[in-house]
Amino acid sequence: MSDLKTQIIAQLNLQDTKPEDIGDDQPLFVEGLGLDSIDALELIVLLQQQYKIKLSNAEDGPRVFKTVRTMAEYITDHQAQHA
Amino acid sequence: MFEEKEPELPEFLVAIYRHFELQYPKFHKMDNLSKLGWLANEILLQNGFDKEKYKPEDVGIVLSNANASLDTDIKYYETTNTMASPALFVYTLPNIVIGEMAIRHHFKGENAFFIFECFDAGFIEQYVSNMINNNILQCCICGWVDVLDKNYNATLFLIEQEKSANSVNFTKENLTKIHQLQNG
Repeated sequence: MSDLKTQIIAQLNLQDTKPEDIGDDQPLFVEGLGLDSIDALELIVLLQQQYKIKLSNAEDGPRVFKTVRTMAEYITDHQAQHA
Repeated sequence: MFEEKEPELPEFLVAIYRHFELQYPKFHKMDNLSKLGWLANEILLQNGFDKEKYKPEDVGIVLSNANASLDTDIKYYETTNTMASPALFVYTLPNIVIGEMAIRHHFKGENAFFIFECFDAGFIEQYVSNMINNNILQCCICGWVDVLDKNYNATLFLIEQEKSANSVNFTKENLTKIHQLQNG
């Protein structure tokens, strides 16, 4: 999950944030890391660029992008299904 | 701040942000035009501006430049070769810099962004005076914020009804003189 945190920081240009500042189960949006709707789009770009994953159903977004852990689980599940 | 070498614009803007010990994480997500305007506004307002004197609707922002958002438009276009960047796309309008300045200080007054080949002090004086004289605004931040590649330029003016110790009259001649002084 550390790599994923590093990728999130780079993709979202969170210059004053270090990977260890982001908790595995910390909410990414609003009261947690404070990301906004444009950041959500950038996270979709990150999944496509880094993991070749296209989020097929927009309604999955809130569940997938809830925390770093939920993102990591989604990536792992997707990779297992396409192995 | 930079004694060794002349920095690239992004480095320069971050150095200014750090020099003034500003705390605004969204700064890092802005494009260069918004960063430049936002920083110029922070510096303009840090010396004696009393926001409490005004209602949010009383403070407006009127800016101008020569290159609109072309600097970011080009960068955004380049990302479309691979994957278009949503974070860049939202800055492909020049008036977004006004939004960033207004959000920071909760200003909700009239705003406008004009494109001119060069700074048109006469137009700015006339446009802003009209809004102040007709009580549409009580205060206005106006001027020039321009970025294209390595070239950048920002001159902002704070226009208020009440005179302060260091203020000068809001005239075309004074705007021109100050803008020229800023640019050598």
